[in-house]
Amino acid sequence: MKIPLSWLKEFVDIDVSAEELERLLFARGFEVEETVRLGKDVEKIVVGNILSVEKHPDADRLTVCKTDCGGYGVKQICTAATNVFAGALVPVALDGATVLSQEGARKIKTGKLRGVLSEGMFCSGEELGIDDDFFPGASVNGILILPPASAVGADVKTVVGLDDVIFDIAVTANRPDCQSVVGIAREVAAILKKPFKMCALDYPEAETAEKIGVRVEDAALCPRYIGQYVKDVSIAPSPAWMRHRLALMDIRSISNVVDITNYVLCEMGQPMHAFDRATLRGDEIVVRRARTGEKIVTLDKKEFTLTPENLLICDGEGPVALAGIMGGLNSEIGADTREVFFEAASFARDNVRKTSRALGQRSDSSSRFEKGVDFFTPEVAMRRALHLVWELGCGTPTAYRADVYARVPAPRTVRLTCADVDAILGIRVPEEEIRAILTRLGFGVEGEETMTVTAPPFREDIDGKADIAEEVIRSYGYEHIVPTFLKTAHVTHGGLTPEQEQENKFKQTLLNEGYFEALGYSFYSPKDLDLLRLPPDAEERRAVTLRNPIGEDLSIMRTILVPTMIANVVRNVRRGNESGRLFELANVYRAETLPPVELPAENKHVCIALWGEGDFFDLKGAVEAIAEAFSLDLAFRAGEKPFLHPGATATVLLNGKEVGFLGELHPSIAAGLTLEKKTFLCELDYGALKRKFRKDVTYLPIPKFPAVKRDLAVVVAEERTCDEVRACILRACKAVKRADLFDVYRDFRIGKGKKSMAFRLTFAAGDKGLTPEAADVLFQKIVLSLKAELGAELR
Amino acid sequence: MEVDEVMQEAAREAEQAQNSRELYEVKMRYLGRTGKVTALLKSMREISADKRPAFGKTVNALREKLETLFSAHEERAKERELARRLAEERIDVTMPGRRAQKGALHPVTRVKNELIDIFAGMGFEVFEGPEIETEYYNFTALNTPADHPARDMQDTFYISDGILLRTQTSAGQIRLMEKKKPPIKMLSPGRVFRSDDDATHSPMFHQMEGLVVDKGITLCDLQGMLDEFARTMFSSTSKTRLRPSYFPFTEPSVEVDVSCAACGGKGCPLCKGTGWIEVLGAGMVNRRVLENCGVDPEEYAGFAFGMGIERIAMLKYGIGHIRLFTENDVRFLEQFKD
Repeated sequence: MKIPLSWLKEFVDIDVSAEELERLLFARGFEVEETVRLGKDVEKIVVGNILSVEKHPDADRLTVCKTDCGGYGVKQICTAATNVFAGALVPVALDGATVLSQEGARKIKTGKLRGVLSEGMFCSGEELGIDDDFFPGASVNGILILPPASAVGADVKTVVGLDDVIFDIAVTANRPDCQSVVGIAREVAAILKKPFKMCALDYPEAETAEKIGVRVEDAALCPRYIGQYVKDVSIAPSPAWMRHRLALMDIRSISNVVDITNYVLCEMGQPMHAFDRATLRGDEIVVRRARTGEKIVTLDKKEFTLTPENLLICDGEGPVALAGIMGGLNSEIGADTREVFFEAASFARDNVRKTSRALGQRSDSSSRFEKGVDFFTPEVAMRRALHLVWELGCGTPTAYRADVYARVPAPRTVRLTCADVDAILGIRVPEEEIRAILTRLGFGVEGEETMTVTAPPFREDIDGKADIAEEVIRSYGYEHIVPTFLKTAHVTHGGLTPEQEQENKFKQTLLNEGYFEALGYSFYSPKDLDLLRLPPDAEERRAVTLRNPIGEDLSIMRTILVPTMIANVVRNVRRGNESGRLFELANVYRAETLPPVELPAENKHVCIALWGEGDFFDLKGAVEAIAEAFSLDLAFRAGEKPFLHPGATATVLLNGKEVGFLGELHPSIAAGLTLEKKTFLCELDYGALKRKFRKDVTYLPIPKFPAVKRDLAVVVAEERTCDEVRACILRACKAVKRADLFDVYRDFRIGKGKKSMAFRLTFAAGDKGLTPEAADVLFQKIVLSLKAELGAELR
Repeated sequence: MEVDEVMQEAAREAEQAQNSRELYEVKMRYLGRTGKVTALLKSMREISADKRPAFGKTVNALREKLETLFSAHEERAKERELARRLAEERIDVTMPGRRAQKGALHPVTRVKNELIDIFAGMGFEVFEGPEIETEYYNFTALNTPADHPARDMQDTFYISDGILLRTQTSAGQIRLMEKKKPPIKMLSPGRVFRSDDDATHSPMFHQMEGLVVDKGITLCDLQGMLDEFARTMFSSTSKTRLRPSYFPFTEPSVEVDVSCAACGGKGCPLCKGTGWIEVLGAGMVNRRVLENCGVDPEEYAGFAFGMGIERIAMLKYGIGHIRLFTENDVRFLEQFKD
């Protein structure tokens, strides 16, 4: 909310600097996001009185002016401007001054123009950064001629109003009353402990025969509607002071009647509308929901097709305004307008917002209504508007008035004691302070020990003791709070649940394997699933969809993490990170029905990736590390996924049930992504793993005798897998506790289509130990089994 | 006599031996089972009985001398060999060490864990609610009326009627209070979603919500706890400053600034010259929120606070852009190794 300091001064005597006021507002919860010092780019420009105007001896287009600059003396200025004359008061940029130009700030120096001394420069409005709305005459093509009353030698900023400051204040959502000059002024008055001087609201009323009625069909969307009739209207430009104020608010001046509505919006925080009465058909204004397909053309000549969600102001025949947003073109104030119907109403904030968003139509009025206008402000604002009509002499307010509402809200009162306030704050605030603070903020305070505090009508946010405590501490000052450490609280036991601890350990396991934790958005694009070449009926395609995504790229909730991970790899490789290891542990989302009627299930997955250095077995090692850390019975079986290399894909099984996959990104997908190095990906259902996590260590006694180890190398057909051979070994001899593959070897001596696999066998010694001879017997048994079952030959 | 010759010969051969193995071979040639001294002893049988004691004495003396000789040589050989080995095994200690490559937690997790550590020590339990929430838990129960601007589609991602992506971890407050009666000290970390996407806003980020509900809790307790947090998280001299703000679910509501750790509060570019950095929002739990969860506001009071984890990480590590958190560039992630 923009608030000019000069306007605030209409309501409060401000005797502190702008910086101090900014600090005080900040401490009360009104953060000044920006302080604009209007004249900051112009410096050392004073009012000069032109004493004489003579032709330049050597230049036809220049004149030489002797100019009295008061305390700065008489200066000789050369100018090309043609609108200067002896006796004119003009802005003179003295030697060393700064003025504005199209290129920004510019320094002015004494110099010679065609051989004649010029001790400065006369300024146009543009060179001061102002136009006609800001100051009359400032848009003239030439030098700005100042009013005759201006003091010669005075800083021109004080003359044109450039010595002003505009605060851009962030007003919190609970204080819509402060979306106005008066609202902030009331706060400032309370802060500075000064009286708040309300602006004039009075005007004489004329008689009228006007009989226009107002009917509100939907009181929930329009709690109050005030209409007032003004006759003898004469449309003209607004006076300079009003145009200046509107210019400070960046509002273009249009005409006196329209300007009054905008002025009241800024000053009182009440959006208003003025209808040309002559264009209103019939004798009734109806506030109602639009009919489906009904159309309106707004002041900016845009046509909208409406639904019953949109509220309309209608005359006897049809829409004349989109309620709270913009008036209709059909009832616009024009140069010929002779009678005006003013509207000051309160519209439901969410309805205005929804209509404004749905139609893509915003205005100062709609953004104000979106924040909420209280029940009482329309009345005050209407009086202010009519006062201005009378003050400007642009019409005659009449006694005709329509004021439609369902009920007057009851005053908001809170009964409390000082002890109640202290109990919330934790400090003792003196009773006199509490009473004084509340009174300054416009609250009624009655009663002795138990006070009845009545909120001012514009404070619809006041709802209980805590609100009163907040008002008190806001003014009393948060610096009075004395930090304590839960003096009265019970001791509680904190920390992570076992499940949360397990998750940390899970991550730690992957860190130890060299993987970095990544973090991805929970949503992606349906195209990300296309990249995986998933069939149309794939379970992963049944994604929860956002109704209002930022874009298609972030429109569906993840059902599988691997697309995000592929994007991570691609981004890294493009940036020159030739190898890396990443993992992400995050939720995927599945709903029973789409769109969901209940909360979708959230289940954690872990996605692990490796590219550049390392291969399938490095990634598999990470999965084995997880299996080891949590005593999971994981198995790997050759499998297939449409996005993985058909010859290098494993299905991961937990106790025989599929829990994920592990494999190389399909070379043709990799090629499409211009990934030159191989990428290996794994995704596991963390939720399923978690359910089988070993809770704690189970101790087994150390065997009495050392285990016996033997190496076994057998030649088998190329198709035989490690698992097949190992399973055969374990079946053949129960004493074998482990059979670990440590080498695979191929050469011409072994033969084509064959390979040698070397296992290290670990025999459990049992209670009586295992002699080398006994181990030899077992070894031979295994060799025979391998030969019989797999056709394996001992090497 | 032969004995002397043997002695001289042995001394010469021992001298010539290049290493302990050669020396051992020499020793065996004299003292071994088939060695010369053994042979001399065996030859005693051929000597007449009267000369035998003297001969035996001489040979035994020889054997002792030889043993002394060889052990002296052995000692020297070992020393030489050790010296050679030590010389051969000299390494360039300035070469880099060899190690298993370790990964690192994401900075968001790292900061989250640090926050949990701080508050767990004060008795906070960690509670994680769902990321897809109902309108009730995310808004209504948190005293955010249906016509509140925060409910607008511009800020919230909707899934279907009444179901949305949670915009704040505050939703966890309600879920916990429905299950558990005071005293409560809870932390609720997690992903949150807002329909915002620009230089300083990400459509997904992380928050950490804190909630304390007990008897006699005051605003002073809130600041005391946040002071403790700031000192642990930022610097032992950190201070907090409260200033009025507004959240529908707290009353009074405050913005909490922490003194700028970069300049110690004197003012610098990081704190834009103010000496303070806005870190979190907080307040006394609104009585309507307590009522919505079946907690009697006449008996219990509480405070809540919420902070953006990315924001804390950005402040703590000087990370300039929120986008870096989801880009997962390994050069970024590698910097957060422990």
